[in-house]
Amino acid sequence: MILMRIHVDAEKCQGHNRCYALAPELFDVDDYGNAVVIGDGSVPAELEDRARLALANCPEFAITISE
Amino acid sequence: MTTTETSSSESANADFTPVTDWATDFDHADPQYNRNAHEIWAELRGTCPVAHSDRYGGTWLPTTHEYVREIAYDTENFTSRAVIVEKMIPPDPAPIGGAPPITSDPPFHIEARKLLLPPFAPKKIELWEPEVRTLCRGLLDSMMADVAAGKTIDAAADYAKRIPVNVISRMLGFPLADEDLFLEFVHDVLEGIDDAPEVRFVKIERLIQYIVAQIEDHVENPRDDLTSYLMGVELFGEKLSVEHIGGSIILLLIAGIDTTWSAIGSSLWHLANNPDDLARLVADPSLIPTAVEEFLRAYAPVTMARLVAKDHDFHGCPMKVDDWVLLPFPAANLDPAVFPDADKVLIDRAENRHSAFGLGIHRCLGSNLARLELTIAIEEFIDRFPSFTLGGTEDDVTWSVGQIRGPRELPVQVLAK
Repeated sequence: MILMRIHVDAEKCQGHNRCYALAPELFDVDDYGNAVVIGDGSVPAELEDRARLALANCPEFAITISE
Repeated sequence: MTTTETSSSESANADFTPVTDWATDFDHADPQYNRNAHEIWAELRGTCPVAHSDRYGGTWLPTTHEYVREIAYDTENFTSRAVIVEKMIPPDPAPIGGAPPITSDPPFHIEARKLLLPPFAPKKIELWEPEVRTLCRGLLDSMMADVAAGKTIDAAADYAKRIPVNVISRMLGFPLADEDLFLEFVHDVLEGIDDAPEVRFVKIERLIQYIVAQIEDHVENPRDDLTSYLMGVELFGEKLSVEHIGGSIILLLIAGIDTTWSAIGSSLWHLANNPDDLARLVADPSLIPTAVEEFLRAYAPVTMARLVAKDHDFHGCPMKVDDWVLLPFPAANLDPAVFPDADKVLIDRAENRHSAFGLGIHRCLGSNLARLELTIAIEEFIDRFPSFTLGGTEDDVTWSVGQIRGPRELPVQVLAK
């Protein structure tokens, strides 16, 4: 089984907070409001659509998904 | 149209020359600019994607998402040391500028920004929700007599305008009794761009003196607020200078008020004109956060600005040092090359990579607060008034002038359910 995995590029993230708002099960924010993935970034099957939604709403193109 | 000083935005100076050609002589202080912004940007995007005007000593206006994004990311060729286009370039030098961190450039910028990010991070801002909701409900309460009497209410001046000024005053620990004065400051700074430099200087000086007095009051009476926080933090091992503290407070006060007020007003203007969208949100409030993002895309209030830092060619445009460059994030948001059906407001648009809060290192510091205020303001307004329409014609709606776009007078007629 191939797992989906999400990644946040800390250099690109500017803290728009869209991913944390849309998928708080997958993303958290640090004290500065910048995004971090929860755990190792692997996405449970039932949250794959949420992960794609977060990616599609990031204004800085800071999120990538590997499958 | 009324003519009080702070609400009559659509009145230019007596010596103002109206714009006749937006591609070669645009002026965002022309009242027609914000009123017709979507049409102007669409036409320019198709014919002249980087417009130029000799006004303000030379100003460029890119209108595509690609160009706006490119400039926002390019801190080498463009400086943020001044971000409001006006007739005279402010003297504050890079990399700090007059209102750090918005007027700051790398590498200083990130250090100043890191001081202010934590108090505006999502988990800190969420704590304000109950207070914002109480504030909105109180404002709606005060409109009930007029509504009961069948009169129109002004959803911009008596609702949208009152929300952010109250919240930022509380955050800064400034007297709530001075709210109307803060609204004057905002008007002076953001809408007084066409003033003669000597007039503008006097107005800005009044703002600075007020802030200095507030800082002095906080020295004598420290309290748990953002002003005291700024006075306590250190940068490079030293307390911030009074100029830095004052500049940051001016940023928070000015940027925190007009912008969110405009976003709330534009959203309510849309709902007043689109009963199907209003009915849909009333029936399904869970759609409001998605709709809010679409309102932010379609009616993004903030156009930023840069100064050209180095002579260079920008896609065929000969940009010279100290030329102004407007960064119309709202125009970028309406670019059909990036957004399908860009000219349509789709309140269930799920994929919405809009740039209402800017792009790159200057992402709006207060975006989490703005979203909270906007979302709650819409939730509470439509919960109280599930059916309403424009109380008059579009001619009765007045729009701001300058870089912040939103309705300043918005007559609304509440309808029976």
